[in-house]
Amino acid sequence: MTRKHPAQSALKRPRAVGIWLGTIVALVLFYLIFPILVIVPLSFSSAKYLSFPPPGFSLQWYQNFFGRSDWLDAARLSIWIGLIVMILATGLGTPAALGLVRGRFPGKKLINAFIISPLIAPVIIVAIGVYFFYALMGLVGSPVALILVHTCLAVPFVVINVSATLQGFDERLEYAAMSLGATPWRTFWQVTLPIIRPGVMAGALFAFISSFDELIVALFVSGTTAVTLPRKMWQSIRFEIDPTIAAVSTILIVFTGALFLAAELFRRRSERLRTSTVAIAAE
Amino acid sequence: MATAAESSARVRAHRRRAQTGYFALLLPLLIYLGAFYAYPVAAMMFRSIHEPRWTADNFVQIFETGVYLHVLWLTVRISLIVTVVSLVLGYPVAYVLARVDRAKSNLLMILVLVPFWTSILVRTYAWMVLLGQQGIINQLLLSLGVIDEPVRLLNTTFAVYVAMVHVLLPFMILPLYGVMRGIDENLLRAAQGLGARPINVFRQVVLPLSLPGISAGCLLVFILALGFFITPALVGGPQDLMIAVLIQQQVDLFNWPLASALAVVLLAAALLIFAVFVRTLGVEQAFGRART
Repeated sequence: MTRKHPAQSALKRPRAVGIWLGTIVALVLFYLIFPILVIVPLSFSSAKYLSFPPPGFSLQWYQNFFGRSDWLDAARLSIWIGLIVMILATGLGTPAALGLVRGRFPGKKLINAFIISPLIAPVIIVAIGVYFFYALMGLVGSPVALILVHTCLAVPFVVINVSATLQGFDERLEYAAMSLGATPWRTFWQVTLPIIRPGVMAGALFAFISSFDELIVALFVSGTTAVTLPRKMWQSIRFEIDPTIAAVSTILIVFTGALFLAAELFRRRSERLRTSTVAIAAE
Repeated sequence: MATAAESSARVRAHRRRAQTGYFALLLPLLIYLGAFYAYPVAAMMFRSIHEPRWTADNFVQIFETGVYLHVLWLTVRISLIVTVVSLVLGYPVAYVLARVDRAKSNLLMILVLVPFWTSILVRTYAWMVLLGQQGIINQLLLSLGVIDEPVRLLNTTFAVYVAMVHVLLPFMILPLYGVMRGIDENLLRAAQGLGARPINVFRQVVLPLSLPGISAGCLLVFILALGFFITPALVGGPQDLMIAVLIQQQVDLFNWPLASALAVVLLAAALLIFAVFVRTLGVEQAFGRART
């Protein structure tokens, strides 16, 4: 990182953004945000079908969501699965990140690529692989099957976030603890974990969201008995075309938005902690 | 009380033990992924060449049947076009976000991040609402008198492009932004101070320095596009059959060996591109940047 000298920033800056460039960028940003903004007013529509602008205000689609057990059961199941996935992925991913960042052993890059690969491999491949696997074991339609697969897909988020926090970690803090008589276990809980906690929390939240939003594996593995919220939305989008789905979407935009914001704040904090420990180490 | 020598010996002993210990920390995850991720995928791939006996028929079928070849070609073509359009739309956004001051760029970044963290299903649904026969765009065009009757926008290839670019654009903008933010502004000032015109500053300084971001963004978008399922399945028509949708159809038809073979082809393409990706950029840089 280069630190800017104050005198340099005060130098005359060339005009960064011309009118043409500004217009293009404004249009692209509009294209990105507009479809999401459009859903919100639709969810409060009093019309029985999707019409824009909505003829009047009504909460009926929210009442529909909160009043129908199939929607609520799906939401509840998704939250439960997401929470268990979050715990499993964090429990497996945090030690693994520690091992990956600190350890020196042959094949480390390959192992790293393997652990990250669920993030980049097309989900449909994982989905049909596990579908055949669970179909033979009679596990299709079980939430357990979804939890097991979602954890594989969520682990990279934990490993990436925790690794990033560990990268700038001053190991001398741990040596100091140990030279004062702490066991490695106690050192981890009282020194390492408190410092990397923001990274762990960010990873855990991303893990939850990745499971909560996951549709493709659920399409194959849910069966008719483990219908998650995305799976229920998929059915609804295809077969009923009333604005309930707009209400669900609005709830989801707010809910996952809040989670992402929290994760982002944790991530920023871990970045700050990282730069501050590096700064202390540099002195 | 421990002497200094004793405690530093302890630290050294710990360091030695730690090297083996660190690998042990990875074991639970590796065993887990092996059992619930690698094994099922490997078994599925094996099915493509061994069902119920050794055979290459499934692959022969894919590469000799016009329909399947067409789907492969279509998937690559759609992915390429989506990648190019994302680059063209995303580059100016990343450039401006990187050049304006922190407060402004944080504000504008929200417009990129909100779509990024909204579920793909919700975003695709939004496009169904916008592009539908009674959709907002049709109503707008009707009321402006541009058209006399609703045009078919949904379930067209056009809809696939519009919705896929919308979903994937943040994956282009974020790595580009990460790289451009790191470009030292003094270099731009130097080029300008030495008399370069703005267009030349861009062509000879900004563009070459942002190349790592361009390749990271393009490869990320291209790989993700290859395996796209939700968006083409919902907004595309029957003519926009992408490979992931075809795989799902074959599974539904209980044609598991052929579905497996198609998945192997898709995985091979993704792995090939992923290998190029890691080789040229390194995993951490590519993903660390892409996720921030």
